[in-house]
Amino acid sequence: MNVKYMFSLIAVIVLFLLAYVGVEAAGLQILFGIVIPYVALLVFVIGFINRVIGWARSPVPFRIPSTCGQQKSLPWIKSEELDNPHTTMGVIARMFLEIVFFRSLFRNTKATLSDGPKISFNLEKWLWLGALAFHWSFLTVIVRHLRFFAEPVPFWVQLLEKVDGFFQIGVPGIFISGIVLLAAVFYLFLRRVIIPQVNYISLSQDFFPLFLIFGIAFSGILMRHFAKVDVTGAKELAMGLVSFHPIIPPGIGVIFYVHIFFVSVLLAYFPFSKLMHLGGIFMSPTRNLPGNTRAVRHINPWNYPVHTHTYEEYEEEFRGKMIEAGLPVEKE
Amino acid sequence: MSEEKKIYDKGKVLTGLILFVVILAFPFLYNSGKAAPAPDRILTEKAKAAKECIEPKAFMKSEHMQILNDWRGSVVRDGKRIYVSSSDKEFDMSLSNTCLDCHSNKADFCDKCHNYASVNPYCWDCHIDKPKENK
Repeated sequence: MNVKYMFSLIAVIVLFLLAYVGVEAAGLQILFGIVIPYVALLVFVIGFINRVIGWARSPVPFRIPSTCGQQKSLPWIKSEELDNPHTTMGVIARMFLEIVFFRSLFRNTKATLSDGPKISFNLEKWLWLGALAFHWSFLTVIVRHLRFFAEPVPFWVQLLEKVDGFFQIGVPGIFISGIVLLAAVFYLFLRRVIIPQVNYISLSQDFFPLFLIFGIAFSGILMRHFAKVDVTGAKELAMGLVSFHPIIPPGIGVIFYVHIFFVSVLLAYFPFSKLMHLGGIFMSPTRNLPGNTRAVRHINPWNYPVHTHTYEEYEEEFRGKMIEAGLPVEKE
Repeated sequence: MSEEKKIYDKGKVLTGLILFVVILAFPFLYNSGKAAPAPDRILTEKAKAAKECIEPKAFMKSEHMQILNDWRGSVVRDGKRIYVSSSDKEFDMSLSNTCLDCHSNKADFCDKCHNYASVNPYCWDCHIDKPKENK
């Protein structure tokens, strides 16, 4: 038993009970369906901007791009354009590949010690694969949800639904993204539990978002396939929120409120957590600075005027005494 | 210190943040304050006269697709065509002959909610042109 993940698991269970009891027993539909989502969205937007501005105010003392290849120097030395870009276009290309394909995770290696003692570094692609599966399926799920937040539903949302529901299994048909998301979250949780080194550095704030997202995906799939809720009612509520005419249609199942409460908690928690890597990836100097230290001088932004005393000034001050003492001077 | 308050790369950071807010605001801008209440389905005279569907309304609302899916399996794979409802009435398991018999107005009944919730069931790939269907 691990205290860190039990703490997070219990937190998510308590959140579930809060929403379940709040709606089912106390009838707080307005609180969970209207007030909390609005507050959560406000906290998310303001908190997010605040964090990013905070980072933008932090000066970067050196040019510190991570250099994964030869920097541009002399014309006859081949430089690595993507791994050590020296132009803005190169940086944009690197950022794009980083954000879309997680190239730095692809470099992940696993060190093992064998007899000898001999250390060997092996490729370890599971984290990269799991992260890709997780982020892309999550994005797909979010875009798909626009069908609840837009009337008429844009054609590209319907197109995505069609591709996502390609297998046409069951009615309502299963979405590939939902299953991949659930599986990927579960994998990302398992690796934090099973791999000893990763387990050692995992804290409750690493587990909490995993459990929360698992809860979101699970309650969503539950609503679609098992404990069905009134979909038109759900859309009415969502449309009420985005058109600022909030209403609570009667008779939407309680799981819907659990789902929307989980999402609200995720949004409100976002700016204060590691999830801020969504904004942080754009702000990280190791990624977004060009590796052009050989060509451009980078001046530390917090440099302040330092009181200097050059040798010329020193000699000027003590010349008489230096000559008296027989010390050599540059100017007589 | 006033220097600490300076925002570095102000233009780029603010552009990024504005983009972030605009993307988030998409549903708000797209609907621009128009409320979109759930559509009213129109019942045919025949459906009104029958008063109740094969099961209670709330159940039909959320489970009709499940029933149709079960029916398909039952008819196509097991050859069983009789559905016994919770109120012990018997129905022929048929979308075209049972459901669409009363609900013959697909455009005003089925499509209303399906379009609203962006649901495109492939039932209509085959069942749309049945002779029972009239608009």
